[in-house]
Amino acid sequence: MTDRRNFLLNMARSIGLAGLAGLTWSAYVDEVTASTLILRPPGALSEDDFLATCIKCGMCVEACPYDTLLLAKPGDHKPIGTPYFIPREIPCYMCPDIPCVPVCPTGALDEKSVTDEKTGELDINIADMGLAVIDDESCIAFWGIQCDACYRACPIFGDAITIEYEKNERTGKHAFMKPIVHSDHCTGCGLCERACVTEKPAIFVLPRENALGKAGDYYIKGWDKEDEQRLKNAEAKTTTTEISKKSAMDSLNDIGDLY
Amino acid sequence: MKTLWNNYRYLLLRRTTQIGIMFLYFGANAWGWDILIGNLSSSLLFGMIPMSDPYAALQMLAAGAIMATDLLIGVAIITFFYAVVGGRVFCSWVCPVNPITDLANYLRRVLGFNQIQKKQPASRNMRYWAIGLSLIISFALGVTAFEFVSPISMIHRGIIFGFGFGAAAILVIFLFDLFVLKHGWCGYICPLGGAYSIIGKYSLIRVHHDADNCTACMKCKEVCPEVQVLHMIAKDTEPVLSGECTNCARCIEVCDDDALEFSIRNLRSGS
Repeated sequence: MTDRRNFLLNMARSIGLAGLAGLTWSAYVDEVTASTLILRPPGALSEDDFLATCIKCGMCVEACPYDTLLLAKPGDHKPIGTPYFIPREIPCYMCPDIPCVPVCPTGALDEKSVTDEKTGELDINIADMGLAVIDDESCIAFWGIQCDACYRACPIFGDAITIEYEKNERTGKHAFMKPIVHSDHCTGCGLCERACVTEKPAIFVLPRENALGKAGDYYIKGWDKEDEQRLKNAEAKTTTTEISKKSAMDSLNDIGDLY
Repeated sequence: MKTLWNNYRYLLLRRTTQIGIMFLYFGANAWGWDILIGNLSSSLLFGMIPMSDPYAALQMLAAGAIMATDLLIGVAIITFFYAVVGGRVFCSWVCPVNPITDLANYLRRVLGFNQIQKKQPASRNMRYWAIGLSLIISFALGVTAFEFVSPISMIHRGIIFGFGFGAAAILVIFLFDLFVLKHGWCGYICPLGGAYSIIGKYSLIRVHHDADNCTACMKCKEVCPEVQVLHMIAKDTEPVLSGECTNCARCIEVCDDDALEFSIRNLRSGS
């Protein structure tokens, strides 16, 4: 074979191999980073930015005094090497000095997001690790059995979870004491999930992205001056529907395409 | 000189640094030591000196991450050390994959595989292609591409934080190097090794070859994991200048004729 043929063949092989490797590699990486049901340490950037920024050094995991944080291992079915926690096993105990955040060398755990703007001090109460959600079908308090385990366990006592009283029509003389989670106070620490007495927790933490819906800019609380500001974001969208060019008579006579 | 110490001194030193570094990391996680915390991706020495993997940082940059100051300082420290002083010593003195591939290649020699298959059907430039690919994928997907597949990270994280199924990474690399490709992972594919080859190209510490002492026994070429860097053996008196040399010093140890020794670039060779 000539040198030129050899060269062309080698080039073609290299490109073929690179294409094969690149596609397999990117397909794999895309799959393993697709899991969104994962609870991150306090101060974590949004999941997309977090995956680009976390260098997987595990220093937050080592800084955690309660062994809450884990580093995802192969087989954990989480984006490999990134920190997460399982509240039912060990929740976040919300240390006031938040040791896991300042040690992050890359800013994937953003100190600013857990710093009080006025005092300039770390404030774990503004962390957004997730949001507790209640399954009212398995929560025994919603059955009428008295239980306030989650309410008592909540570190933001009285704000993140409140108890709502309601008459129990079944007995006619008792009250329901229903726990309600408030998303503006809940940090997603998971102490409630840990405390929940049911076999599988009836209150559990989900990433905010998964736990919350979004009304959009078209539905406004008209009685709330602040909420009305959102109207400014709403865009007008004009849609036109094409008018049928057939005569009205045809539309009556034409049975359409039934088959 | 042919003594046991002379023939294994650098190997013992290397195993000591490899195990020692991993032990310090392990101690930091298990017993709260603060000498060296983190892992080989990013760490903190004595609670104040940051060190970060420059190749991981490059992928972060491609993925569109905002680079923090601590990270950049850590990258600068590591890059400076390997670029000016050590060369590609990460691969042979730090990386925990090295003992695994060394074992596979030792078995290859003992079992005589290298006599059966003399030429390897692959290009050592694959690692540079892998760097390019990893940066393209990082850019396209917005995640650090190699860090999500790296068996190196699986192994050092495994040692420090627990393996899970990551132990399979050890087996994969071992079997690949033993049966598929001689020095396959470290010498052909690993993009981290490729990155350190580029960074360490102009470092000061070099192996120097003295052709006058050489008896052309070729023991050095037998053990060298990057045998292409030893092209001058028995021919020219010159230092090993390729960035792909990991300064593992196995060639120095196996040489019974004092034809190979560490030197400082420009001092002995004038190159």
